[in-house]
Parts: sequence; C-alpha cells; structure tokens
Amino acid sequence: MSRMTQAAPVLELRGICKSFPGVRALNDVALNLYPGEVHTLMGQNGAGKSILIKVLTGVYTPDLGQILLDGQPIWPASTLEAQHLGISTVYQEVNLCPNLSVAENIFIGRYPRRFGMIDWRTMRQQAQALLARMQIQIDVSLPLARYPLAIQQMVAISRALLVSAKVLILDEPTSSLDEKEVELLFSALRGLREQGMAILFVTHFLDQTYAISDRITVMRNGEREGEYACSELSRLELVNKMVGAPASEAAGPEGQLAAAPPAQTETFLRARGLGRKGALKPMDIELRRGELLGLAGLLGSGRTEAARLLFGADKADSGAIAINGEERSFATPRDAIAAGIGFCSEDRKHEGAILDLSVRENLMLALQARTGILRAIPLKRQQQLAEEYVKALGIKTASIETPIGTLSGGNQQKVLLARWMATVPNMLILDEPTRGIDVRAKQEIMDYVTALCRKGMAILFISSELPEVLRCSDRIVVMRDRVTGGEYPRGALDETSVLHVIAAGGEHE
Amino acid sequence: MSALTLRARGWLASPYFTSLVTVLLLLLLLGAGGAAYPGFLSLQVMFNLLIDNAFLLVIAVGMGFVILSGGIDLSVGSVLALTTMISAWLLQHWHWPPLLVIAAVLVLGAGFGAAMGAMIHYFKLQPFIVTLAGMFLARGLCYLISIDSITIDDPLFVAMSQMQLPVLDGFISPGALIALLTLAAAIYVAHCTPFGRAIYAIGGNEQSAQMMGLRVARTKVLIYAFSGFCAALAGVLFSFYMLSGYGLHAQGTELDAIAAVVIGGTLLSGGYGYVAGSLSGVLVLGAIQTLIAFDGTLSSWWTKIVIGGLLFLFCVVQRLMALGAASK
Amino acid sequence: MNNTLRHPLFRPGAALALLLLADLFLVPGMFRLEIKDGHLYGSLIDIANRAAPLVLAALGMTLVIATRGIDISVGAVVAISGTVAAMLVGGTMVMQNGVPEYVANTPMAWALCAAMGAALLCGAWNGLLVAGLGLQPIVATLILMVAGRGLAQLLTDGQIVTVYYKPFFFLGSGYLLGLPFSLFVVAAVCVATALLVRKTALGLFIQAVGINPVAARLAGVRTALLIFFVYVFCSASAGLAGLMISANIKSADANNAGLLLELDAILAVTLGGTSLAGGKFSLAGSVIGALIIQTLTYTIYSLGLPPEVNMVVKSVVVFLVCMSQSSEFNTMWRARRVNAGRAA
Repeated sequence: MSRMTQAAPVLELRGICKSFPGVRALNDVALNLYPGEVHTLMGQNGAGKSILIKVLTGVYTPDLGQILLDGQPIWPASTLEAQHLGISTVYQEVNLCPNLSVAENIFIGRYPRRFGMIDWRTMRQQAQALLARMQIQIDVSLPLARYPLAIQQMVAISRALLVSAKVLILDEPTSSLDEKEVELLFSALRGLREQGMAILFVTHFLDQTYAISDRITVMRNGEREGEYACSELSRLELVNKMVGAPASEAAGPEGQLAAAPPAQTETFLRARGLGRKGALKPMDIELRRGELLGLAGLLGSGRTEAARLLFGADKADSGAIAINGEERSFATPRDAIAAGIGFCSEDRKHEGAILDLSVRENLMLALQARTGILRAIPLKRQQQLAEEYVKALGIKTASIETPIGTLSGGNQQKVLLARWMATVPNMLILDEPTRGIDVRAKQEIMDYVTALCRKGMAILFISSELPEVLRCSDRIVVMRDRVTGGEYPRGALDETSVLHVIAAGGEHE
Repeated sequence: MSALTLRARGWLASPYFTSLVTVLLLLLLLGAGGAAYPGFLSLQVMFNLLIDNAFLLVIAVGMGFVILSGGIDLSVGSVLALTTMISAWLLQHWHWPPLLVIAAVLVLGAGFGAAMGAMIHYFKLQPFIVTLAGMFLARGLCYLISIDSITIDDPLFVAMSQMQLPVLDGFISPGALIALLTLAAAIYVAHCTPFGRAIYAIGGNEQSAQMMGLRVARTKVLIYAFSGFCAALAGVLFSFYMLSGYGLHAQGTELDAIAAVVIGGTLLSGGYGYVAGSLSGVLVLGAIQTLIAFDGTLSSWWTKIVIGGLLFLFCVVQRLMALGAASK
Repeated sequence: MNNTLRHPLFRPGAALALLLLADLFLVPGMFRLEIKDGHLYGSLIDIANRAAPLVLAALGMTLVIATRGIDISVGAVVAISGTVAAMLVGGTMVMQNGVPEYVANTPMAWALCAAMGAALLCGAWNGLLVAGLGLQPIVATLILMVAGRGLAQLLTDGQIVTVYYKPFFFLGSGYLLGLPFSLFVVAAVCVATALLVRKTALGLFIQAVGINPVAARLAGVRTALLIFFVYVFCSASAGLAGLMISANIKSADANNAGLLLELDAILAVTLGGTSLAGGKFSLAGSVIGALIIQTLTYTIYSLGLPPEVNMVVKSVVVFLVCMSQSSEFNTMWRARRVNAGRAA
C-alpha cells in the first residue's frame, strides 16, 4: 500500500560522498524518505548499502554532502547522537541484553522513577503499551532470551520508538528469521507505517522487498542507481538494476573450457532433501566427477549455507548425503575431509587464513590434519610441496616462511586453494574464490580450477559474478531466497535468463 | 510437548532456579544437621553462622557485583589482609583515631579497586590477570609493612570485638550487623538503581550495553572500586574479629567468595543471578563448616573438597542449562 | 641486526642478561663457581636448581595458554602428586646388619607412577571440563584449585609427611656428574617437549587453534582432542614438579607446596613472549621467563631486601608485561609519541 508522497521528506540525503584509502565507497548518493512509508534499500555486495547506513547513523562522517532531518541539516557523530536526533537502527544481531527482561531492555537508560527508585510497575505497563502498538502481547517481565529472534527484534524496535524516533532503520533484520517470523515482523511494520513512521528497510531478499515496500532505492558500485515506486518496478527490472546490464564481453582472455565435458561422468556426491532450519530449505544437489557445477544467485540466496552443509561445517536438520552411492553423515568437517572433500570458505580472513602462521604452515594444515597429529610431515617434504604450489599457482610471496597475513588477498586465496589441493581431494567446494581479487589473479585461479576439473575432480563453484559462473560452469543451479530455482546445463542460460530465473518470485514449490 | 513439561522447562529456565536450589540446599543442610546433632538448630548456632562469616559475606557481596558484570576479582583476600595490616599499623604505631583509620582504609580499598578496574577497561586486559597481579601486590605490601602480626588494642576495636547485640534469644556481633546492612544496600542498588541495572546489562552483553548508551567505562571502574571497598570493609570487620593485622590473614578467601557467589546462583559468565544469593551461598559454606565441626570425626579438610564439589556441580548445571537454551 | 632485535627471544633474553649484569655489580660473588666433593656449587647452580619446578610448570602452562586457555590448578596438582608420592614411599626404619636403614613402604617406582597417575587424572579432569563440556578454562581449573588442595590436605590430615627413604631425595637434591639431578630432569623434559612440539604436528595445531580456532576446525584439526591433551600435559608437568619439590624438602607439605606456583608459571610464560590471547608460543621463552623470576627472587634475597618485595616486584612486572601486550596501550603510546613528535 503506497501513500501519496505529498508531505515533505522526513529524511533527505543529498550528494553523499565517502572515500576510503584507495576506494570510492559512496559517490553522490541521494535518498528521500517520507513519513508513513517503507522504503527498501537494495544492492549487492559492495554496493555501498552498509556504508550508507553507517553514514546515517553517525559511524562514518561523509566527505561531502548533507543529511537533512525534517529539513534541518544534521551531523551525527555517533550512534547515540543519531539516536537522540531521532534516527534509530535495529540490526540483524539484536543489540540488546538477553539476560534482562523485555521491559527493561526497552527502558534501560531511561527508567521511570519513583522516589528515586526505579518504578518497575510503570515500566512494565509502558512496555506493554509500546508492544501493543505492534500488536504484540507478551509477558514483559520475562528475560529477553526466552523469546524467539523475531520478538526480540520487535523489542528492539519498541526501544527505538521510545526514543521517539522519526526514522526507523532496519538493517537486514530478516536474515535469520523463518517465514512465520518474517510475517510477524512485517505486520508490525505495517502497523507502524499506518502511524506515520518513516521506515528504511535494508534487505537482499526479493520476495520480502515486494511484500512490504512502498518504494525502492537501488544501489550499485557506491552510486544510487535509481529510486522507484515498488508497484512500478518488475522483479526482473529490479534484479537487472542491482546486477547491472548483462556484460557485453568480459575483458581479458576467455577461459572457456577446451572441450565439452566427457559425456559419461559418474556421480560423486548426491544430496537429497538437505536442509537446515533458518538457513536452507531442503534441496537436492548432485556433483559429478570432472564436472564444474556453478551455484548462481544473489547475495543471501543460500549458496554458502548449502556449501557448509555439504562440508559438514554446519549440521543438517534434514536430508541425506551419499558419496559414491554410500550414505554418509557429515557431522564435522573431518567427516567430509575423510570422504575427500575440500572447502574454501568465502570469509577468507576469519575462516581460512591463519594470519600469524607462514605460507607453508597454512598450506600444509589440512593435509597435516588428515595425516594425524603424531606423524608430522617432514620439513623437507613440506617445503617441497609448498614451493611446488607457489610455482603452480603463481603465488607472490617473499618466501614460503613469510606470514600469510602480509600477502595480498589474491595470493592468500591461492594459498588457501593450495591447502586443499595438497589433500588431493575428489571434490572441491569453492565459495567466492575470486572475491576481492585483481583480474589477473582471478583468471589464474579459474584456469587452475578448470584444469583440475578436467582431470577428474568434482567442483562446486559459488560466485556472485554471473559472467564468471556462466563462463566456467558445466552445469548451473540457480538459487534465490534460500531455495533452489532450477538446474541448467551449460549454454542453456545467459545472464538475462539467469536473472529471469532469480526474479521469478512469488511462487514457492 | 505436554503442558506439564512446558511448565517444567519454563521453571528450569527461570533465573530463579539456581538461587532456589541454593536455598533448598541450605535448608537441607540445616535439616540434616538438626537431625544428626542435638543443639545444632539452636538460634545462637544460626547466629554464629552469620557472626563467623560476616567478613566473607561482605566480600561476597562485592564479588557478586563483579561477577554479575562478567568479570572476576582475585585480589579481595589480599586487600582484606592489607587493610588489617594498615589499620593495625596506623592504630598502633601512628596512633591515629580509629574512625579516621577506618575511613582511610575504606578509601584506599576503593581506590585500589578503581585502579584495577581502570586498567581492565581502558587497556582491555583480562580481569583475572590484573586482579591476580593485584593480589600479589597487596600481599606483598602487607609483608612490607610488617612480617609479623601486629596486635590491635585500640579501645574501639576491642569494644567492637566483644560487643554482643541482643537479638531475640541470642546475640549477634556488630560485624554481622554491618554485613547485613551492606547486603541490604547492595540489594537496593542492584534492583532499584540504574547503576545496578547497568551492571546486569554489561554482564549480559557489554557491546549492546555500550550501544544502548550506558556509561560502561564509569560503571566498570565503579564495580571494581566497590569490590575493593567491600574487601576493605571486610578487613575492618576481620580486624574487629581477630584484633590483629597480619599478612597471612584471609589466604584463599577470594576463592571462598567466588564459591559462595556461584553456589548462591550467580553465573560466572555474568548477567544472571541475585545479590541476595551471596547470603545463601555464604550460609551454605558456613553450614558445611559447622556440620563438619559438629561431627568431630571428619577433618576440616573436607570443607574444601565439599566446596569444590558443590562448585563443580553448580558450574556444570549452569553450563548444561546454557547449552540447552542455545540448542532450542 | 634488525633480525636479532625482532627475534621473539630477544626481549626475555635481554631482560635476563640485564638482570645478571646488575647482579654482577650488586651481588658480589654471585658468579663464583667452585667444586666441592665432586659437586659444582655456586649461586648460578642454586638458581637453576630452584627454578627447576617452575620451569616444568611453565612448560605445561605455555601449551595451555597457547590454546587461549589457562590452568590455575597447577599448585594444587603439585600438592597432590607430592603428597601421594610421599605417603606411599614414607620410610619405615628396619635394622639391617645392625644398622638402621629406611625402606620404602611401597617400591619407589610404584609410588612415583601413582603420583604421576594422580596428576594425569587431574589433567584429564580439567581437559574434560574445558574441551568436553566447554566450561571457561578459568572456571574449570578453579574447581580443581579449590578441591585439589583440600584433597591433598585430607590425605595428610594437614600434617607434613616426612619421607625417610633416601633414594627419593635424589630427584630433588641428588647430584649427577657434578650437577644437580633436577637440572638433568628439566633438560630432558625440555628436550622431550620441544621434540613433541616440533617433530609432531602438535606445535602447528596448537598455534592454529590458538590463533583461529574456526579456521583450524574447518581445516580438519581435532580441536577438542588437542585442548584435552594440553591440559593433561600441563598437569603432568605440574605433577613432576610436585615430585621434585617434595624430594627437595624431603616431605610433603600439602598446605604450602606449590602455593602461588600458578601465578609464577603464568608470569614466566608471559615474560617469555607468549601472549595470553593464545597463538604463537615459545618454550625457550618460558624457560628464560622462569629463570628471570628465580634470578629476581635470588637477587632480592641477596640484597638483603625482605623477600616480600619479591611479590611486589612480580606484580609490577605482570602489570607492565600485560600493558605492553595490550593493543590499546600500544595505540595510546604511539599516539603520544606522534603528538610529541608533532609538537617538537
């Protein structure tokens, strides 16, 4: 339901620019937020959404531009100041104290007092009233931790309301919620909208955007791509704008596979109904030797979640995995590694590289873990192996003993790739292996990976760059909103049709 | 899931649960004692529990605040000893008036605690190592003043030592009364003032507390200052009790205090528990000791083992409950 | 030159060297060595001898701290192992050929095994609580710290149990090739630990787990087993230290044996350059750290200062070392220097 935006905007961003050393994060961004609307901010990884929010909430100061609240320019210097000015933010990880009661979480820092003491009864009553504004009736004297995340987020919103917010920003609040909880949140938001609140909603879920928004601002590469009324923008157009027009030709060498894959490829891994509550709806997937399977989809579509389940990094709630026909259960990564699977995580820094250790040590880690604690791989062999991979992958490092933390992102990624190569796996899962890496290194890595594939390895390749996925994959599975959208052989899709598949929303299987 | 199981689960998850268990445990111990030994359940025996452990109660109150905020203070026993030593020294060698001495050591205790709190917060150091070093420092300073014990013969202190305040059929010492007053004040602060609630908030999630606008730095420093103050106050009570200042006083008291707080139902990870739990925890410890003394055949070393065992039980149960809650 | 300055052992090594240098001037005759009755005597030997139990405890503590843990129960384990050994060995007097001789109540080998077994059990207990149940290390080891000493006191009823059996003393005060036997034991354990850490994958895994436990797990390292092991190892070395102390004082003193040893061990490890936050560790650094502590104790004693000054000095050193490891402090320090530079 959209309202006529005749009223003046309550929040205006004009010409916001923000740079960091070497990177232009925001370039002349504008945004208009009106009272009584839900305005969704959308964009891919690196589009600048989170930086824009940080500028709004005072974490960053813009280099150029103005923020106007009710027509008055403001310069919030901290989150607290932004709060006092009337801009309240609720994050995905609810920033409240789980041990305190619901009522207390709402009122902490501004307790109602009586004779100098905290007036608990008034506090409870007022908390109850605030939650009622969002159609929530709960016992406010119980600890926050007792309630599911959706309720906790509403408590966070109530706290924001208490500070008499003019603007409510919700930063990816639904990433950990299931459908029922999302609906609960949305009905509360609709109620607030009726009451005239201006809501800025940041998300990457397409369905949710269309369920709740009045208007949408799309960001791409640090710039505002455009501002649209929700009813005037089709899903396909939205996806197109987020990702950018289909690239004409990728710069640089093609990297096409030399020949079509062998007709008969045996199945290495088959998963049926693999799912995990709150992370991934049950899905089927099959990986074959000598075949590169690409998982395409937007940020947040569930690709990493699927990969982690396949590797045993997370435990699946449902479904079964069969390796070479034999059923296995992956409770920990060790199980998957024993089955011959390797996994390059998308979060290189926190889940991959062990920064203080050397290139050699990082490289040998998985192989050593499989060999066992007692039988250390002789240093000579380690050095030999490390030098081999440094050469094969073109890793630029002063020596194999330098700490991996000093290497560039691309070279770190190569070391992590080599870590799994050293275990000679049957299957390799690569989650965003080329993210944040220069073009040349990207090419080198993908060439290496496709060569491996031809030698008989099964590869699961996840990337947010559609051209890359399309170019390299033998088969593609498209995912969106935590569920699979279809499986396609090489050549069946081009960028536009992938976007079609992703945009095909509304119906669930 | 049946309604009954749901109720039971809710009950188990309630923050009251571990504190209730302690009270039950206390009643159990007292009941067992009363059944096994004649004269155990007399009023004066109960009062003696409080009198003998008054200083521990005061320390446990301060320790409770620190643990609720997610920290720990290992220096309290040594600060207690240092307080007794400084008091004795000021009284006996410098002949300061007793009230001034008491005021001085309380301020010193609070200052010592505040210094540690500042180091912990501003340099982001782990509480246990800072307070462990503080423990060493305080004990060392103690011995620097005097290796041997200094006897106190100041008339006020002597009077305090011998005074018996009649209550019902028995009596309690001024120390016990002061301890109870401290407990009452702490309960008030914890439940009726924003400062007290900030302690719980910091213990629950310090980052969130910061984002919600609470003055985390000030609160943390004050918490440790309060713990130091309590240690000093306990030292004053101890010097009433022992009438001497000595470096060997209160060895291991910090562990007793931690045990009392944990057994009293407070989670060592912070954020959950009641200040009043310190009282039940201290009484449980005292009851165990009294039981062993009444028995006569068990050596007193059993106290430490039983306390360790109880500590283990409570920690494990707390951990299992946390795991259970997380998996929901 | 730069490489030497940046070598992790530089700071602790330099600190020890400076201390010894100061001693050269302050304590006459400290560096004198003489041979009497075929034994090498001298202050330096004394220091090394007394430092032996601390070195053992520090070695074990290093591995635990490297995994981001802590073990404050080592003092209690020292008391337990010394007590078990002393009580089993004891020494009853029998007449042999008209000469009073002491024989062990239990064969010494069994007694030593039992004592070490008790220490291993303690380590397994700690390891189960931390790795199995996921308790915070300080909480888990606090339990043993409280109960363990009580257990030892219970066994001896708080009395000092004197050992009369001569061969037992050898561990603590015997001589081999002119040097105290304890030095050989320590050297052997040092070498064994170094081999264990270098020649197996243990060193690599401990560092990986300490620096980034998430990445280590994803790479297939058995983090739980590893953490269990380091606690067992720590208690084992504490157990050996307990035997040494017990042999040295020819008795078991459950009240005082190993008292505050945990703080000394933690201090030795941090002095040696291992960060309390876990990760890279240095066994050699911990050894040097233990020697620094012992030299400090000796220096204070030789200067005629009351030994309690020791405690004050140690606590100040801990504060300084912790602050130097704190990134907040370093940022503040650098900011001050930059500001000073700007003002100039």
